This record gives sequence, structure tokens and C-alpha cells, in this order.
Amino acid sequence: MNSSMVIGQYVPGDSPVHHMDPRAKITIIFFFVIVVFFANSVASYGALALFALLSVGVTKIPPRFIAKGLKPVWFLIIFTFILHLVVTKEGNVLFSVLGFDVYSGALIQGVAISLRFFLLILITSLLTLTTTPIAITDAIESILHPLKRIKFPVHELALMMSISLRFIPTLMQETEKISKAQASRGVDFRTGPIKERLKAIVPLLVPLFVSAFKRAEELAMAMEARGYQGGEGRTKLRELALRKIDYMVLVLFTFVIIAVFLTRA
Amino acid sequence: MDITFDNVSYIYQPNSPFEHRALENLSFQIPSGSFVAVIGHTGSGKSTLIQHLNGLLAPTHGSVTIGDVMLQAGSKPKNLKALRKQVGVVFQYPEHQLFEETIEKDISFGPLNFGVQEEEIKQRVQETIEAVGLSSDMLERSPFDLSGGQMRRVAIAGVLAMNPRVLVLDEPTAGLDPKGQREIMDMFYKLHHEKNLTTVHVTHSMEDALAYADYVIVMHNGHMYMQGKPLEVFKEKEALNKVGLDVPEIIELTTKMNKRFGLSLEYKKQSVEELAAEAAHKLKGGSV
Ligand SMILES: Nc1ncnc2c1ncn2[C@@H]1O[C@H](COP(=O)(O)OP(=O)(O)OP(=O)(O)O)[C@@H](O)[C@H]1O
Ligand SMILES: [Mg+2]
Repeated sequence: MNSSMVIGQYVPGDSPVHHMDPRAKITIIFFFVIVVFFANSVASYGALALFALLSVGVTKIPPRFIAKGLKPVWFLIIFTFILHLVVTKEGNVLFSVLGFDVYSGALIQGVAISLRFFLLILITSLLTLTTTPIAITDAIESILHPLKRIKFPVHELALMMSISLRFIPTLMQETEKISKAQASRGVDFRTGPIKERLKAIVPLLVPLFVSAFKRAEELAMAMEARGYQGGEGRTKLRELALRKIDYMVLVLFTFVIIAVFLTRA
Repeated sequence: MDITFDNVSYIYQPNSPFEHRALENLSFQIPSGSFVAVIGHTGSGKSTLIQHLNGLLAPTHGSVTIGDVMLQAGSKPKNLKALRKQVGVVFQYPEHQLFEETIEKDISFGPLNFGVQEEEIKQRVQETIEAVGLSSDMLERSPFDLSGGQMRRVAIAGVLAMNPRVLVLDEPTAGLDPKGQREIMDMFYKLHHEKNLTTVHVTHSMEDALAYADYVIVMHNGHMYMQGKPLEVFKEKEALNKVGLDVPEIIELTTKMNKRFGLSLEYKKQSVEELAAEAAHKLKGGSV
């Protein structure tokens, strides 16, 4: 498996962030994403960055690993930065490169936007890095619960999500296994003209679909055999419960929000 | 083809929290024409090892040489296609690789990729479908209409049709009925001798290792734990038990009879009946 491909793949751990209620984490991230757009001064950005970096530090996940996971996003961040340098024409001309005048306003905006972008991605990937997919689905089901009143199929949606999430690693393993088997039979997925490479996908996709359908059928049968009949009256094995740590972090985060609004320019 | 592992280590997902050392400092040689069994508890690195034999994985450290192709840590392997043409791999549950509309097309897939002429392919399809014990009337049927065991045989035929010089088998008979298991192993054994192949057989069956292999490699936690001729390796009951492996029943039986009756029978691939006759003869006071 290509590890850098998975942005925020769950890393088991024992940190306070891992132990938090997933609903608290989702709530914090939801408001973080909004508040980031209100930050417009060094101090307000600083408060948010401090909160994000502190969270990362507490998880004990090696920063190098997180940075590697963010690899595909670095490109976007740098691209945004350069775009701003080139396009924005506010403030004074600082210097010029290759005939382009770089304005002070452009530099400030470029840094601000890239930082915003970086913080957004960092904090959201922190959720998936420290929370099992199943916990995330549980949290979403719990948060969406009120929608049940308007007949929104909350439980079914959550079930679909958790089944898909559950089978992503399985499908990836299967893909790897089948592509290895076909590579051994002389299929070349990596080189050659585009047309040939597209043709090489057929021996990969057909077995993959066959096994996915078979798996779905078996799963449905196993669920029925065990008496599954939808969400009505169903209880949970792991009840979500807010604990002291959740309240503490929520309070801390409220202070961060207040700080951001007080220090806005 | 000769196969040489020189100080091979393989690490899955290096430099990540999921880093896993699957092979460590593995060195051994497999002379051309031998039948080697690789045994070891689940997760000991057997499948990782055999994926080095046709360049699906390249060593993280050390080097692997197969015939005149060398896979070295840190350098891009060349001639991969030529290597894969010569090394046929039957994976665990090979029936998962079937995809064509007809059995004939699926068996032809490998040889076609390696540029074999159409006439020749037709002939190979006929040969291999019979070798795996299916009738050539089935060639026009879809591989997905077959039973699991039949699908397995078609998949195996697809690898054999490449006419490889080295045959790598990763538990090729897992999940088959006992009769089917024996038929398929006997078929591989026959081919091994007829075509003078080099065969590497990963197996959980100590019986198979004893019956077919000239040489056994025992893996444990990515290390080579033991190696040697089957009869030598299976003498070390305690050492094998320590890593979760058993000795074949017939060897166990011989040892037990020796202990119980104070005999000194020696197992040299006799059948149970021959062994019994030998024991009876000795017990009645005869000396051999
Ligand atoms: N793609 C992968 N990524 C990370 N770790 C892996 C990967 N494939 C295998 N491993 C790990 O490497 C070790 C050796 O795996 P391998 O498949 O070689 O074992 P094996 O001896 O073939 O086992 P089995 O008898 O169950 O087939 C295992 O601990 C496994 O978890
Ligand atoms: Mg294996």
C-alpha cells in the first residue's frame, strides 16, 4: 500500500485526543473551520495555529508522518501562495522577480491564505488520524439524530457509511493482490502507451467487481441471518458519552474563539 | 534457474507508524531444478519472500538473484518482463484473478502478454487444461460458471501456459477437498520432473513438505529459522513446535513407536504399511 496516498489514515494511539468523544471533535472542527475565516491578524492566526499545533503535539503521532500524509496538499498550498503573489496588486512594490512586481499586500495575503488552508487541512486530518472510521460514523449518526423527525434515514445513512469505510482497506488490499497476480501474468500497469495502460485496467477491474458483489451478497446474507432489520429499537454496544476531557477541551476551544475575535484587526 | 538471496531484508511502509519488518537478513541458495518447501507460521513472511522471486517486491536491503536477473536494494530493476515470463506464480486463491469471458481466453492471457505466437498458444491451452484435470470441452465456457475447485484449476492452467522455468506456489491447494489437493500437488510434482523446473512451494502442510520437497526452509518472524533436507528438519520436533509447527504424522508415529516398543525404526519415506511390517518383523524378534 502506498502510505502517502492515505490522507489521515487512522493511527492507533493512547493520547487524550484519541480518547475524546468523536462528537466533541467534530463540533470543534466544525467551528474551527468557520473561525479560520474570521482570523485576519497575526495574533488571531497565532491563537488558531497554537491550538492546532498543540493538538498535533498531544497526539504523539510523528509530525514527519503527518507531513508525509499531507504531501498531495502541499502542492495546492504552494500553488495558492504563488498565485496570490502574482495576481494581487495592493500595497507597495517590495521587489520584482522575472519582471513581476511583488507587492507587500500580495505577500501578506499569500501567507494568510496558505496558512488558512494549511490549518484547515491539518485540523481535519487530525480527526481521521485519531478517530476510527466507526467512531466517526457513530458520531455523525448521533449528531444527525434530530433529522429523524423529518423522516431522514439517519441510521441507514450511517450504516452505509460505516460499511463503505469498513471495506475501503479490504478493497485496497484486493486491488493490490489482483494487480500483483496480473502483473505476474505479464500485465504492465506502469509503462507503455496510454491506450495499452487503459486496456491493462480490465483484468484488474473485472475481478475486483466480481469479488465486491460477492462480498456484498455475503454480507447482506450474514446480516439477515443474524436478524438485522434496520435501526428501529436498536441499541448500541458503545454508547457515546461526553467526559471531563471533552468539556475541558471544549472550554479551551471557546477561549481560543474568543481570543480570535478579540484580536481581530 | 538458480535463485540466490543475499542478506535480504524487506520493510513494509518504511518510515511510518505502520512500518513492518517482514524479512530480515535472509540468505540462502536454491540450485536450479530443486523442489523447495517454505514453511512457517502465519505472518512469518513466506508470501513476502516469494514476491521477490519475480520482482513484485524489491528488497529494502540486500539483493536477490534469479537466473541472470538481479534485484538490488535501491536500484531500479531491469528486465522485469523477461523475469516474469520465466517465473510463474500461483498465488493464494488464484481463482480471484480470472476475468475473461471464456476459459480459453483466460488461459491464453499470460502467454499473449509475453508475445507467444497464436498457434503455440492454442497448443499450450490444450496441454495445460488437460494437465490440470479438466476436459477441453469446457474451453468455451465462462470461468465464472465453474465450481471453486474448477476455477482454481483454470487459474493454475493460466500460469502453466506461460511455460515458466521457475514455478512459485503460494499454498496452491488451500481450501480444496483432500482428493483435489493431492491431484493438484501430484500434477505439480510431475511437471516439476518432466520439465525440469525449479519449484518453490509455500505450504502449511508438513505432509506435503515431506512428500514433495528436496529442501525445506523454515521461516519465523521474517528470519530463516531452519533449513535443510526434509528428514533432517523434521527430526527437530521441539524446535519446530516452538515456532508453532508440527512434524508430519508419519514421523511422529515412527518416533512414538520407537519410544513405546524400544525399536530403532528409521523413516525413509516408507508407506504406513511398510512401516508397520517393519515394526512387526522387529518385534517378532527378527533383525533386519
Ligand atoms: N502490504 C502490507 N503492508 C504492511 N504489512 C504487510 C503487508 N503485507 C504483509 N504484511 C505483514 O508482513 C508480515 C508477513 O506477511 P506475509 O504475507 O509474508 O506472511 P505469510 O507467511 O505469507 O503468512 P500466511 O501464512 O498467513 O500467508 C505479516 O506480519 C503481515 O502483517
Ligand atoms: Mg501468505
